[in-house]
Amino acid sequence: MALNPMEQFAIKPLVEAPLFQIGGHPIYFTNQALLMVIVVIASSLFLTLAVKPNRLVPTRGQSMAEMSYEFVANMIHSATGEDGLKFFPFVFTLFIFVLCSNFFGMVPGSFTVTSQIAVTFALACLVVGLVIVVGFMKHGIGFLKLFVPHAPWYLLILLIPIEVISFLTRPISLSVRLFANMLAGHTMLAVFAGFVVSLGAAGGIFMGVALAPLLLIVAIMLLELLVAFLQAYVFAILTCIYLNEALHLHDHH
Amino acid sequence: MDVQAAKMVGAGIACIALVGAGIGIGNVFGSYLSGALRNPGAAATQTTNLLLGFALCEATGLFGLVIALIILFT
Repeated sequence: MALNPMEQFAIKPLVEAPLFQIGGHPIYFTNQALLMVIVVIASSLFLTLAVKPNRLVPTRGQSMAEMSYEFVANMIHSATGEDGLKFFPFVFTLFIFVLCSNFFGMVPGSFTVTSQIAVTFALACLVVGLVIVVGFMKHGIGFLKLFVPHAPWYLLILLIPIEVISFLTRPISLSVRLFANMLAGHTMLAVFAGFVVSLGAAGGIFMGVALAPLLLIVAIMLLELLVAFLQAYVFAILTCIYLNEALHLHDHH
Repeated sequence: MDVQAAKMVGAGIACIALVGAGIGIGNVFGSYLSGALRNPGAAATQTTNLLLGFALCEATGLFGLVIALIILFT
């Protein structure tokens, strides 16, 4: 294969000299750090500037910002109820960051921040850490009742270990889900792009055949845009579901 | 069998996980359609659940794909 499809995920320092050192480890300003800075600046600039005019009849930008705000607010309200709304800033920030990282990664030639397991695992640990802190603050030691479902005692012997394991694997499943989707999508695009390049290089009749994978890339790109939104949505809604469990334990509202 | 060949075979076997994801995604959309055709009024309210089910299903298959990539590239 002419192109290595994994090459796009390589992290390269942009500035030769390390920024500073932590415990003897040099910290570089990498292409990933640059993309993260761009994502944060672009999304916060857009969200603040779009609602600045504050018109009764919104412009396109303002209604985009308002719609995303309402979308996340509805999501939190339906998943966690009224008292989950105080986590709105957290969930909204998380959703917008993941969404913008995914979309910026779809720009050809750029870098996908969320295709790095380090980033998604840090985000997932933040979520699960917050769930644990909120749970213990709200219920005290009673938060441990989360691991005891309503069941006869002889089933509890089996169920409690399962509940504990499923809670402990949450950061892994939450992070690997986002990471794997982004990684698989971009690898697939790169592999099909490699087909176009090698068919085009073959020349003659193969030049015409190269059109097929090229059209397929366009279709896959559309699918990947859907996946980029969907994974940000899933990340945010799972955060809401976990927060709901910490807030309400087993009682359904 | 040398290590490189065994790695390739292992990566191929790891991709079998995607069979389950395919069945799952088919199940999600098939069940949604049959439910939606029986009760079209409730169909619009269930699209978020549909997308959530689709994303969760797809992710389980991709776990296998990640294992394959780890085997191949490490």
